[in-house]
Amino acid sequence: MMKRLKKPKEGGAHGHEAVAGWLFISPMVIILGLFLVIPVLMAAWVSVSDWTGRGSPFASTVNFVGTDNYAKLLTEPGLAQSDFGMSIKNNSYYVLLVIPIQTALSLFLAVMVNRRVLKGRGFFRTAFYFPSVTSSVAITVIFLFLFSTTGAVNKALHAIGVNGPQWFSDPKGILHMALGNMGIDTPPAALAGHGFLGNSWWQWLSGPSPAMCVFIIMAVFTTSGTFMLLFISALQNLQGEVEEAGIMDGASGWQRFWHITLPMLKPTTFTVLTLGLIGTWQVFDQIYVGTKGNPSKTTLTPAYLSYSSSFQNNQWGRGAAIAFILFAIIVAMTILQRIVLRDRKTLPKRKRFYRDGPPSAVVPATPTSPLVPTASGAQMDDSTPGEGDQR
Amino acid sequence: MTASELQHTVPEVRSAKNRRFDKLARRSRYSGILVYIALGILALVYIYPFLISIANSFKLDPDAAANPISLIPQTFSTEALQRLFEADFPTWFKNSAIVTVVVTSGRVFFNSLAGYALSRLRFPGRGLVFALLIAVMSVPSVVLLIPKFLVINELGMYDTYAGMTIPLLADAAGIFIMKNFFESIPASVEEAARIDGAGVFRRFWSVVLPMARPALVTIFILSFQGSWNEMSHMIISTQSPELFTLTKGVAQLASGALSAGTQYPIKLAAATIMTIPVAVLFFIFQKKIMNSSDGAVKE
Repeated sequence: MMKRLKKPKEGGAHGHEAVAGWLFISPMVIILGLFLVIPVLMAAWVSVSDWTGRGSPFASTVNFVGTDNYAKLLTEPGLAQSDFGMSIKNNSYYVLLVIPIQTALSLFLAVMVNRRVLKGRGFFRTAFYFPSVTSSVAITVIFLFLFSTTGAVNKALHAIGVNGPQWFSDPKGILHMALGNMGIDTPPAALAGHGFLGNSWWQWLSGPSPAMCVFIIMAVFTTSGTFMLLFISALQNLQGEVEEAGIMDGASGWQRFWHITLPMLKPTTFTVLTLGLIGTWQVFDQIYVGTKGNPSKTTLTPAYLSYSSSFQNNQWGRGAAIAFILFAIIVAMTILQRIVLRDRKTLPKRKRFYRDGPPSAVVPATPTSPLVPTASGAQMDDSTPGEGDQR
Repeated sequence: MTASELQHTVPEVRSAKNRRFDKLARRSRYSGILVYIALGILALVYIYPFLISIANSFKLDPDAAANPISLIPQTFSTEALQRLFEADFPTWFKNSAIVTVVVTSGRVFFNSLAGYALSRLRFPGRGLVFALLIAVMSVPSVVLLIPKFLVINELGMYDTYAGMTIPLLADAAGIFIMKNFFESIPASVEEAARIDGAGVFRRFWSVVLPMARPALVTIFILSFQGSWNEMSHMIISTQSPELFTLTKGVAQLASGALSAGTQYPIKLAAATIMTIPVAVLFFIFQKKIMNSSDGAVKE
């Protein structure tokens, strides 16, 4: 990409262009530098300092404390560590449940809505996509109402003879609840006696609390539409010859989907998984609006804990340290996922039939892909330099 | 001899194919009905929460608590809306509008400037800027909450409109969209203007930019939606109630600051109203958002 542009042109305007180039790019460079690069450096300093939020973090009264803030979270037993462990546990359940459900559901919706014979496709697409464009605050308010103890969901459950839980006040994990129903209330000693990050293994195996389940349902509700659009555009690129060949060979609808369509959707599936992985580790808005971490810290997430440690408890060093650990987790997960992806991405011969989902080549025509609110950065990252070079 | 053989066999193959297609068509008609039912139920699940929130905005508190599912208020009441507009709601709305207008117009302009420079102009340090942009994009936004506050605070922009809007102008993803689009416009379109002696800005402004309309619309949609719905940045950049945006105000409303107990109609009315602008945007640009890749389909 770069090389092509560096081709020498007839000179003269060279100096002109250099000035113009910097002039054009300077507003963005200044803003990005000031509000993205410098902040990260400042936060790196704060995460190894004992700043309490008063005055400047660079004042002489602020001390360097080394890795204390990180140690309190990761190695030293105490409230800070057990809160952090709790937040990691809660968010892990969120990640583990949201990603498979949203990927499967969005693929299902895409395949259904993309059927050629379907009338009213536009209506269905709109219906499924609409939750994705609305504000997380508005959706959270609506869900708080739907899932309140005497709310719509419990009323509906009651109608079919099920007693709905007190969604936002029961701190018990659903796995513990299930075990309790089978008569297992006390943990085996092996699980209760040992633990990780200030929580016993028994606590780690609690499952998400009902409140967290509401947020999980909400995440699936709001993101499946966006990912559905990614799958639709991928499906439309491979529909046609391949599918028809399958029909000629007498493959049934299910066989065609399983053996032809699904393998060819792999690149898009991995995009969806990556975006999901990045997005689901950043749960903040819902928690801030809805539960503030309650009941009993079962909806605490690292992002919210980072915020509350700094802005509410004035432990800025700890808050910044949590932010960096969260960043490390996201980076590690993404790299891990990329490694898995690289091993399986072997469809060389068929490659020419599809274009890799929405990114790069079709970006201007596909505003949908970056509409993923939290993960747009990663989305673009996927589509940028590497792919351009291959082309 | 061979020809007659062919003539004989070809229709046979055709009819066999036809029969198979008939069977497939029949089967797909039955499964088609099932698909409609399944999709219909799913669509209802996706839409019903919004219908419920609209309906409950017009109910009285006890009615909303007793009949949350019903779409028809027992007594139709605009009390919730009235109370909302007597409160700070108009201020929140105004602030959200200010933020959205400033951020959207700023992003459209600065993104296209930067995208043009990165795709068309040769200047020293371009590779470095490009690399930094990629690095910056990979940082998750939630991680930046505390860092951003630190700088905003240090610059004395805390609790000002400047602090609410200027940091949001940073939009690396948008620059990439513009850059990619500009690269798809052939360089030759600028040649004529260049020969006529038009300067860089003039070529950008009157030749290339008008051609980039689709990309500009994309940036517009993304920025409008993003800044209207932005909450976390507003939390860390402001504290005074006069500067609350809808997201922050409604969040506070939801946690019960303005309303004692569970006054759902007022909360749901607020949620409904704050959804209207993005809903309007969505329906205006629906074709572009939803059918963006239909061009690729051979029907």
